[in-house]
Amino acid sequence: MSVAVDPVPLVEMSHISISFPGVKALDAVDFRMFPGEVHSLMGENGAGKSTLIKALTGVYGIDSGTITLDGEPLVIKSPAEAQNAGISTVYQEINLLPNLSVAENIMLGREPRRFGGIAWKKTRAMAAELLTQMRLDIDPASLLGSHSLAVQQLVAIARAIAVRARVLILDEPTSSLDADEVAELFRVIRSLKDNGVAILFVSHFLDQVYEIADRLTVLRNGALVGEYRIEEILRIELVRKMIGKEIAVLDDIDTRTRAQAVETETATATAVPFLEASGVGRKGSIEPFDVRISEGEVVGLAGLLGSGRTELARIIGGADRTDSGEIRIEGKPRRLSTARSALKDRIAYSSEDRKREGIIEDLTVRDNIVLALQADRGWFRRIPRRRQDELAASYIQALGIRPANPEALLRNLSGGNQQKVLLARWLAIAPRLLILDEPTRGIDVGAKAEIQRLVANLAEEGMSVLFISAELEEVLRLSHRIVVMRDRRKIADLPNEDVTVTEIMGLIASGADA
Amino acid sequence: MTATTNRPAGAEPGRGGTAGGGSDRAAGAGLLMSGRRREAGRRAAGGGTPPGGSGATGQHGIAEWLGAVVSSRYASVLVTLALLIVTFAVGSIRYEGFFSGQVALNLFVDNAFLIVLAVGMTFVILTGGIDLSVGSVVALSTMIAASLLQSGWSPPWVILIVLIVGTTLGLLVGLVIYYFDIQPFIATLAAMFLARGFCYVISTNSISIVDPFFTAMADARIPVGPGLKITPSVIVALIVVAIAFVVLHYTRTGRTVYAIGNGGPSAMLMGLPVRRTKVLVYAISGLCSAIAGVLFTFYTLSGYSLTAVGMELDAIAAVVIGGTLLTGGSGFVLGSVLGVLVLGLIQTIISFEGTLSSWWTRIVIGSLLLVFIILQRVLTLRRR
Amino acid sequence: MIAARLRDVFRSRLIWPVIALVALLVTNVIKSPGFLSIRVQDGHLFGSLIDILRNGAPIVLVALGMTLVIATRGIDLSVGAVVAISGAFALSIVGDAPDPNDLGVVLGAAAASIVFAIVLGSWNGLLVSVFGIQPIIATLILMTAGRGIAMLITEGQILTVSSAPYKVIGGGYWFALPASIIIAGVMFALVAILTRKTALGMLIESVGINPEASRLAGVSARVIVWTVYTFSAVCAAIAGLMISSNVTAADANSAGLWIEMDAILAVVLGGTSLAGGRYSLTGTLIGAFVIQTLTTTVYSIGIAPEITLVFKALVVIAVCLLQSPVMNTRITKMRMRRRRTPAVAPTRATVS
Repeated sequence: MSVAVDPVPLVEMSHISISFPGVKALDAVDFRMFPGEVHSLMGENGAGKSTLIKALTGVYGIDSGTITLDGEPLVIKSPAEAQNAGISTVYQEINLLPNLSVAENIMLGREPRRFGGIAWKKTRAMAAELLTQMRLDIDPASLLGSHSLAVQQLVAIARAIAVRARVLILDEPTSSLDADEVAELFRVIRSLKDNGVAILFVSHFLDQVYEIADRLTVLRNGALVGEYRIEEILRIELVRKMIGKEIAVLDDIDTRTRAQAVETETATATAVPFLEASGVGRKGSIEPFDVRISEGEVVGLAGLLGSGRTELARIIGGADRTDSGEIRIEGKPRRLSTARSALKDRIAYSSEDRKREGIIEDLTVRDNIVLALQADRGWFRRIPRRRQDELAASYIQALGIRPANPEALLRNLSGGNQQKVLLARWLAIAPRLLILDEPTRGIDVGAKAEIQRLVANLAEEGMSVLFISAELEEVLRLSHRIVVMRDRRKIADLPNEDVTVTEIMGLIASGADA
Repeated sequence: MTATTNRPAGAEPGRGGTAGGGSDRAAGAGLLMSGRRREAGRRAAGGGTPPGGSGATGQHGIAEWLGAVVSSRYASVLVTLALLIVTFAVGSIRYEGFFSGQVALNLFVDNAFLIVLAVGMTFVILTGGIDLSVGSVVALSTMIAASLLQSGWSPPWVILIVLIVGTTLGLLVGLVIYYFDIQPFIATLAAMFLARGFCYVISTNSISIVDPFFTAMADARIPVGPGLKITPSVIVALIVVAIAFVVLHYTRTGRTVYAIGNGGPSAMLMGLPVRRTKVLVYAISGLCSAIAGVLFTFYTLSGYSLTAVGMELDAIAAVVIGGTLLTGGSGFVLGSVLGVLVLGLIQTIISFEGTLSSWWTRIVIGSLLLVFIILQRVLTLRRR
Repeated sequence: MIAARLRDVFRSRLIWPVIALVALLVTNVIKSPGFLSIRVQDGHLFGSLIDILRNGAPIVLVALGMTLVIATRGIDLSVGAVVAISGAFALSIVGDAPDPNDLGVVLGAAAASIVFAIVLGSWNGLLVSVFGIQPIIATLILMTAGRGIAMLITEGQILTVSSAPYKVIGGGYWFALPASIIIAGVMFALVAILTRKTALGMLIESVGINPEASRLAGVSARVIVWTVYTFSAVCAAIAGLMISSNVTAADANSAGLWIEMDAILAVVLGGTSLAGGRYSLTGTLIGAFVIQTLTTTVYSIGIAPEITLVFKALVVIAVCLLQSPVMNTRITKMRMRRRRTPAVAPTRATVS
């Protein structure tokens, strides 16, 4: 890699590997940071960004590899040790204590003491001094929880540098800040950088990365893709490196869908769409957007993690409430305020978080398959056992669920098979709109191909599908129409006619002026 | 900055407090007084004698004070303080001889053990846990003390052993929670059973205490003013409160207790000794229960296995009424003392009432607990 | 193959309480050889086993409701108080009636008690499902206030009423069997049918295992949670009728004291995890009888009955420790180590 040779990296992680049961989260990754630079760590879901950060901050132990700080080997076993070594972290979900004062949040664990007790006056004075240094006007005695998230973020940074941090890790620090607040944050980051602090800046916002970072490292699927100076890599190149290329598994679907796209487009231009959202948004989550989904249409959502693609899907699936706009189903206004009400309109939402929001791991495959249908019927009108068995058997066969045992507990199935069971759960209610949020993530290639084929077939039979995937090839292959998201905004809505991956990447990577 | 962001959330309870304190006293203590308001009004109007005036001005001041600081983190404690004062005022108006320093002091005398118990419970609840075993540990302490004294042990040793047993039990509970990652209420529920079982093993009968030191402690009265007396137990309780206050506010351990109660991984990520502190709070609660047990023997001069049944509920209620969030992270030990005083006052009023049976106490405590829990829910939801 | 192994595990959940029960019974037989014999007298069955069944009936009932509550990740500490309230309420109605021996009066009183319990249970359910208060705290309120309510009903006295039909509930005989056994048995059967023949059982488990996933699958968790707390109170109320009938008195202080402990113990012994999720009614039934047999055994083999409580506490602690997540992972690891077969590897590799 063509990196200019700086004398000594401040942090050097070599050949770091970390495994969790069933997953290799990091595979011999190299990573380094120099003093006085802002370094960005880039990658999609499951790339290994947060694992790498947690290895550096002592939350996870490493299986193999070495970490050096200033040339000295470093073994970190806990966040406290990392802090003592000069590595401080500000996590995305600001890990501070809203119930305590600003001063305490900055100084907790290292307050000055007098007669064995905490010297409050001095503590507050020290915190105040630090805040002044950062040119922040915050009352150190006030409760942290009474401040906006932006202020809390800055307090978290104040805490991080109070220990004379040499390495400051900022994990998604801007995810809930508005433009002015981001500017304020960047001002603080630049002044820290001038003081020789190495800053690791993780963000989904490409604009921000290009504004603040000096250098970046790209990870994909737990492996290192490369390290680049910011000026030597174009946005589109970066997006390509983050998303990666996959061999097309299903070329037949590809051609079929594209032929159909034109046809659907013309057919539905005049008709009332199945679902039409206008000006629907949710504060702090997604800007108001318009979306139309016609019957039998597959709409692909393209965008990076954090672009608003999941937020859009959750709103249409009734998982989150909206605070503006209107959703019409077949022309009639509807309130999809809960998943239950969405299901009543035959809209099924399959979450990206399979484990937390999908599977009922201690129930059987059969129970998991009939769950949504049963919930819809109410508890009293149980689906007759024979019908349940039929449903389970037919889906196990149709989707190729393994083991083909309806009585197996779901926790004992592989990820791909769990995903198929969830698909079966939604298909069992005969949905008119099926929202699939990353249905193919983390499952093996075979299962992935089966799920893709299934989606194509369902659409042909008249089901509408809203399909989200981090893999653009997959989105392009399956969708009739593609909605592109960036920075929590819908930025494009195009029929899948002659669109290429490069074009979509260009849209995703486009600057604020685009 | 605090004031501007917090005012909308804090304003409503403030107004409620003002109304309760100023215009209609009975409404402030509605739980106790519903249906008796008219009677109270009649008495007051019909030349009812003493303390109406002073009470009213006092409440007016408090209402203003409340309004001024309602947005602060002390709001919940101030609500309790207001409740205490209003209740006391209501009692003073309704009953002859209620408005006296000794009645107020007796709140401490009669509830010294509960204050100590509530202090321990405050530590546990601040971390977001709960200790259901405290009542049983009190009973066990009285049993150990009574039986050891009966077999001729000297009081200092007896007290020492009681304290060691209580602390050890608490420590064990803490370790079980720590090592096995069991929910606190299950672990302490089992400890509650165990301690009660040990009581039965010692004896099923009540053992009375005739030891001169213990009887002396029971009978001793320390004058604190003209005609005003307290017991040594009150002093012990106040010392415990003072120590707890210092520990919670001036030591890292104390601040860690608050940090843990905030929930989530924050405290650990900030490098605080979370696990050690979690074990410690149960040991502290065990120690406090044992001290409370000793004070309880001073109070009752006997040991009995069925004593203090349900006392854990009183302790929890006192802590919650005192403004500590059940989810942890927010609250004050002094608030818990106020909570105990509120409970004591309710008992006093019910005994002054005469016609009201003592079981009303339970119902009122339960309702009060409910009101405060719902208040907490509403406030935390709104803050979010 | 996995299914077979699972079935083994499931079976082994029940095997421990069964072994405990058998061991206790054997101890009794060794101590008094006539322990298992059942004789017929005046057309009624008598014997130690029958006594265990009869005295265990209230625990079975309360534990039945508790099982469903625990399956939804909850707990109901107020059952003891509800037991006291229902006994007091029914007896006060019977006592105030012109003819306490009238069957209609007794049935009316029992029905009134159950309706009262429905109100109390919905109250718990409201606090837990709508206000979102933690179950221990929500039910603690009724636990505290409930005894006071019971006291209010009995006006602080121990109510004693002699009413022949009322006496039947806890002390009488139907078809040669104690009525309480039949009532508990019918309730058990009803619950088993209700939860397994409707979808209630599955939805309860689903809510207990993963509330968020259940919500997204359209399960109305609120209704489910509300239902189980109400049902738990109804079970406690029937137990309360039994207990008060057995001693023909309603004692607001001691009726149902510690019964929440016994019920929780029975549920835990029966293999239902306190963390919620899958439950076993049969397990609970066995658990309840283990507890009752234990109590009886302690008496019959001459151990001081005072020790029962210590013993129960130790059992609860032991079972909880065995169920704890830490032990679970440790046991799983041990098993994995033992079965280092290649057959496991490919399945693990596909798990994300």
